[in-house]
Amino acid sequence: MLGMYGMYFLYTVYHQPIWLAAVVCILGVGILGVMLHVLVIAPLLGAAPINQLLATGGVLFFLQSAATVLFGIEFKNLGLRLPVLKVAGMFVSYSRLLAFAAALIGMVLVYLLLTRTYTGTAIRAIAQDRQIMPLMGVNSRRIYLITSGLGGALAGLAACLLVLQYDVHPFVGLSFGPITFLICVLGSLGNFAGGFVAAFVFAEIISVGGLYLDLEWGYVFAFAFFIVMMFVRPEGLMARRS
Amino acid sequence: MTRYLPWVGGAALVALPFVYRSPYPLHILIIILIWSFAYTSWSVMGRFGLVSLGHGGFMGIGAYVTALAWNYGHVSPWIGILLALLAGAGLAALVAYPCFRFRITGHYFALVTLALSGIVLQVITATRDYTGGSLGYTPERYHGGSSLWALQFSEKTTWYLIALAVWAVGLYIWHRVDRSMLRYALEAISEDEDAAAATGVHVTAEKLKITVLSAAMTALAGALYCQYQMFISPDTVSGISVSLQMVFAVVVGGIYVSLGPTIGAVITILMAEVLRISFGTRAVGWDNLIYGVLLVLFIVFLPKGILGSLLDLRRRATWISS
Repeated sequence: MLGMYGMYFLYTVYHQPIWLAAVVCILGVGILGVMLHVLVIAPLLGAAPINQLLATGGVLFFLQSAATVLFGIEFKNLGLRLPVLKVAGMFVSYSRLLAFAAALIGMVLVYLLLTRTYTGTAIRAIAQDRQIMPLMGVNSRRIYLITSGLGGALAGLAACLLVLQYDVHPFVGLSFGPITFLICVLGSLGNFAGGFVAAFVFAEIISVGGLYLDLEWGYVFAFAFFIVMMFVRPEGLMARRS
Repeated sequence: MTRYLPWVGGAALVALPFVYRSPYPLHILIIILIWSFAYTSWSVMGRFGLVSLGHGGFMGIGAYVTALAWNYGHVSPWIGILLALLAGAGLAALVAYPCFRFRITGHYFALVTLALSGIVLQVITATRDYTGGSLGYTPERYHGGSSLWALQFSEKTTWYLIALAVWAVGLYIWHRVDRSMLRYALEAISEDEDAAAATGVHVTAEKLKITVLSAAMTALAGALYCQYQMFISPDTVSGISVSLQMVFAVVVGGIYVSLGPTIGAVITILMAEVLRISFGTRAVGWDNLIYGVLLVLFIVFLPKGILGSLLDLRRRATWISS
């Protein structure tokens, strides 16, 4: 939501070039991710995990209301229209193609970072056991900061892509947030291919359900699918059976 | 002295509308009592680490089943509320049983229930031909205005007493659970499921009991809200935001003490009202802004909530002085 507002203000109000706005937004949201970690998550690392979830919920409340107070509840958009590509009778807008390509590139880069570099290995290790890693000589604080910053920057990238297609309003985050959670869990946390497949399946259920009935029924089926899948394969769609 | 305190306080609350009958404060009190009951219902299971985000769904079912039964079936809300309780409890059992059976706990349980409240919200919106969709829904007025059969009263005093009674029942249930074997079983489960099972606790059955109880209470809160307000919309009684509102208010008030959810309701509703009255439309968003900051501060610094921390302070003070 903040990233989308950032894009809106930099591009439409302050007339900066769009690539500059995107870079600023990605960096800015990355810094916000680090701040969130230092201010809210770090004091709660020892507490019950559910407290972290609730605290970030509180931050969401705060940011939404802050945006309402500062920017009002009007829908705002970039006013940017990208051309539409016509392939074999299907109309595909460039903004969606761009989003698809950028998301793919981002995913591959993060995958390479996590599997091919020392930092990436440390991140994966710390996800497995938080207590042991400092004993192995890894600065766990630094790894947490890097991960939070990276997570924030990716959210910023998503914001840059979403703002091309959707209007911005203070509650726009809430329409993506819960579904993002569900998709990550459905595709096994920390499994890239799984997340990709899960997102694909989810989107198909919502769109196909929405095409034949109402959009709401699409969501109903997608949520029901999630619940059933949690019962059938709690470890996620793509997890290897151990 | 402290033994009589609840009775004195209760008597004062019952006597209140006969002494002081200004409609607006009474309305606020009724709303606070109804939501306090809903929050108490959530905390009955929430205090054992069973964080459910599906309670918005149960509340929506309670409200809509009662209203739909009245409008389409001309069923008295007395029976409608029973139906609503059954529907809420049934849905809770349907989703919770496999959850507990397949050991879906913690974050995963929260996510499954989150999806559940999403489903209820979307179904209410999608069946807009019957439920009015996001425009909301109104139970039909009974001809005479007030009627016991239709459970519709124009007198605010009547509603105040009903809400007070239901709220007191909620607290009573909370205390009964607090003193039962169920509580020890559930505390053991929340510490370690395997160890609890090894000592002979039937993990699935105990968790299912408390979930169904909590869901049925929440459905009652929804039905009560519907009968009092005579207007319900998906956003005010169901969905993810209502679920979150419950969790947050309970955390702010104090999750481990019986009056904690009530304190949470008093604080959040009064704050919203005061801001609305003193700043009007300029204050849109400010209540949630303060609320969000408070919430983060509470979780970081006072995880036991306002009332829980105050009671701790007092206990420490008496311990030192004795």
